[in-house]
Amino acid sequence: MAEGGRTGGVAPLLERLGGAVTARIWRLGFASRFFGYMLLHSGTALRRFQLTIREIYFAGVQSLIIILVSGLFVGMVLGLQGYDTLQRYGSSEALGILVALSLVRELGPVVAGLLFASRAGSAITAEIGLMKATEQIAAMEMMAVDPIARVVAPRFWAGVISMPLLAAMFSAMGIFGGYLVGVKLIGVDEGAFWSQMQASVDVREDILNGVIKSIVFGVAVTWIAVFEGYDAQPTAEGVSSATTRTVVTSSLAILALDFVLTALMFTGGNAR
Amino acid sequence: MNRATIDVWVGVFVAAGFAGLLFLALKVGNLASFSTSQTYQVQAKFANIGGLKIRAPVKSAGVVVGRVSEVRFDNESYEAIVTFNLDTRFQFPRDTAAKILTSGLLGEQYVGLEAGGDGVMLKQGDRLRLTQSAVVLENLISQFLFSKAAEDKDAKDKK
Amino acid sequence: MTDSAAVEIERLSFGYDSGRPVLHDISLAMPRGKVIGIMGQSGCGKTTLLRIIGGARQPDSGTARVLGTLVNGLDGDALYALRRRMGMLFQFGALFTDMSVYDNVAFPLREHTDLPDELIRDLVLMKLEAVGLRGASRLTPAELSGGMARRVALARAIALDPQLILYDEPFTALDPISFAIIARLIRRLNDALGATSVIVSHDVKECLDIVDYMVFMTAGRIVAEGAPEAMRGSSEPFVSQFVHGQSDGPIPFHYPAPAYGDDLAVGAAHG
Repeated sequence: MAEGGRTGGVAPLLERLGGAVTARIWRLGFASRFFGYMLLHSGTALRRFQLTIREIYFAGVQSLIIILVSGLFVGMVLGLQGYDTLQRYGSSEALGILVALSLVRELGPVVAGLLFASRAGSAITAEIGLMKATEQIAAMEMMAVDPIARVVAPRFWAGVISMPLLAAMFSAMGIFGGYLVGVKLIGVDEGAFWSQMQASVDVREDILNGVIKSIVFGVAVTWIAVFEGYDAQPTAEGVSSATTRTVVTSSLAILALDFVLTALMFTGGNAR
Repeated sequence: MNRATIDVWVGVFVAAGFAGLLFLALKVGNLASFSTSQTYQVQAKFANIGGLKIRAPVKSAGVVVGRVSEVRFDNESYEAIVTFNLDTRFQFPRDTAAKILTSGLLGEQYVGLEAGGDGVMLKQGDRLRLTQSAVVLENLISQFLFSKAAEDKDAKDKK
Repeated sequence: MTDSAAVEIERLSFGYDSGRPVLHDISLAMPRGKVIGIMGQSGCGKTTLLRIIGGARQPDSGTARVLGTLVNGLDGDALYALRRRMGMLFQFGALFTDMSVYDNVAFPLREHTDLPDELIRDLVLMKLEAVGLRGASRLTPAELSGGMARRVALARAIALDPQLILYDEPFTALDPISFAIIARLIRRLNDALGATSVIVSHDVKECLDIVDYMVFMTAGRIVAEGAPEAMRGSSEPFVSQFVHGQSDGPIPFHYPAPAYGDDLAVGAAHG
């Protein structure tokens, strides 16, 4: 391979890279058309709400345990770590503020989103992918039922509805966990814990923004999950790689969107 | 998994979700105080508002009686015009003074109202005449350094 | 209208990508009320033809007319309207795994009609009775054997009393008894519903027993067609090889390869 030299090696590499980038952009376009189509055909999912309710059960209710337990542990860790740092500056009474703001603004939406993506998102992708692989989607089309309206849209709306609720429950459990560790275990003053928290956590600035974040994450994660499932190769390897892609892409999307949203929402500002 | 069971669990899930949101809003946030009362608007001009932000509290005697709703710059007098919404439960005399204070040493800034003695009360759209701007830390430091330098000079002159 | 063919295909050509045509200039007319078999070895294009009839693919050239409606350029609501008059049985049944047998058969009824639950219940049980599985209505697809799943899928395919029923390799991986059951059901249901059935398969013996008309395809072309008796005794080389299951003939045993001697290392060293 001494002949051919460096130019011989680089050109095909660039070609492959360019090809990969174009392929991804094409796929993003296709995913966007899919998203638009799904929104337009969401009538069934909303009119026959029973379908969506069923999916809320499988996506939301079955994620409850992991969300509540994780929230509790995250809050407890925040309590421990927060106390350890704050008491060095004599500000241990600000523990309530630290725990509440960390959870409501960031950790609640983000961590709940990541957990939702790996538990419910991957399940949705696998389910839709398998339906495609076993020709159930094709059968539905042959029976003149639009599979996007019947199978995809209910799962999408279930995810969008479940995410903010799960994020709120995560934050609430976390604050409770911080309370358990900070007040009950370590001995921070209970009154100070709650009153300082209430004085500093603004419903519009912090809580509402946190809810908006979790809705945005819900849309992103569920869109990625249903799309990857619908677009999966109808084989065992195809479904498994689609499931992996869902978790990876959703997680990256959550973190990227979190940055964008935080920059938009939480950078100080005088007059607006 | 039959329909009735699913419906029950989804209902529980949604109820728990809303309970979580409510807990956050009421026990964690400050929804319980304020948002639904009737307010009237009052304005004040300041030479410098420092770090005062919209929704900063307006306090009198340390108790929150309103919120800052708008901050504008007056291009003619080159001063800041701050508008606040005061709770209608609290009436203040026309000669009330507004000062921009800082909570704690380096904390958030808020507007403090000191009631005057006038018999007539403020109404919607009135402007407060007496105002005191925020203390800007740099000015304070330079004042201090200047006065220290002046002291040293006097001491040297006396020698 | 009653004499017109259920499916009319004229000079149809199709390829999944432009380089590899799968169907070459096919012309075929399938009379109403009959069971038609399409046979050929794997990859000859018979499943593709079925997909075009079902409207899942568009022909590259030529026309396909199904139940009087032109399939070319058909999409959206018009396509769904046509599909409501058809039923399709997929290779392994394609039952919805998250629903019971009852819900699977009730699916087309619930989606396309406003019938009350009691009426749907009766219709579902009638269809299940026709395939012999009325007692299995509460089971889930995971609890069914292959043959039973296939029969439930058949009940679902005929739920709306279709005029055209398509079968994609219905006998795949079935034991002899289920095989015979499915074959018998295809014939009986076709006659009972007055429908037209198109079976794509490579199970020659069973198909020859139940079809009214047989079509043989190879490499995307029709090589022979006619009544089963004519096919059985045909002297056309391909048909003969297929019907008698001979390992070599017009369809060669060996996949194209360079000369054997040249390919072997020993041969090359001496060559």
